[in-house]
Amino acid sequence: MQSAAAARLDAIFFALSDGTRRSILERLARGEAGVNELKEAFSITQPAISRHLKVLERARLIRRSRDAQRRPARIETHAVAEAAKWIEHYQQVWEASYQRLDLLLADELKKRKRT
Amino acid sequence: MPDKVTVTTPTDREIRVERSFDAPPDLVFEFHTKCEHVKRWLLGPPGWSMPQCEIDLRTGGRYRYVWRNDDDGTEFGVQGEFREIDAPNRIVTVERMDGCEGQAVVTTTFGARAGSTAFVITIQFDSKELRDGALGSGMTDGMSTSYDRLDDLTAAVREET
Repeated sequence: MQSAAAARLDAIFFALSDGTRRSILERLARGEAGVNELKEAFSITQPAISRHLKVLERARLIRRSRDAQRRPARIETHAVAEAAKWIEHYQQVWEASYQRLDLLLADELKKRKRT
Repeated sequence: MPDKVTVTTPTDREIRVERSFDAPPDLVFEFHTKCEHVKRWLLGPPGWSMPQCEIDLRTGGRYRYVWRNDDDGTEFGVQGEFREIDAPNRIVTVERMDGCEGQAVVTTTFGARAGSTAFVITIQFDSKELRDGALGSGMTDGMSTSYDRLDDLTAAVREET
């Protein structure tokens, strides 16, 4: 397993594990925004917004323009779709087992009710 | 139908898996700790079986799972030791994957809800690097998947980016 792939996965998982960051992504999906606009939209401090944006940027879920003063953040639609696919796959590995367990538990409960 | 499993990374060294089950904790606990049950469901994606299962459910007792890909015969496994058993509420184990360095402390809790179980596995690795390795391999706490399939997937992700 290449460590680059693992590092990427880690960055994505970490970025998406926070509710505020997910909300920021949702906001950016509707159009680019600068730190100030995001700060107002989420009522949190500018350093906090900047930290969240850094995490999202590291996971390559957003891109920020380097030149403009307000450095608007833009969602990387393709990367977000791909990350969603990755996580979905990962969760499916567990889910495949647990759906089998659901059926076995239901059977067992039925059996116990009968006796 | 219970909500689907959620997988998060609450800290640098941890993976957390959460799920609910429409059965009381004692039953969910039993289905996690008896091989006759475990072998029937803890199989990951279709195409895998568990030819070896050993569970010695007592503090200091060991467990061992081996999975086999039924198509190509690939096998891999995990082994661990029970550190704490509080049936049917909580189990703490130390676990090691075959072929991987380091180990993880795996805490499983079975929380009682109205007629259902709030199930949480927290896997704490010795280091962030080990955690990332486990995430990268897609196999943690006895959950199995095909390495080949994940390699293909990571290759695809790399190509796309």
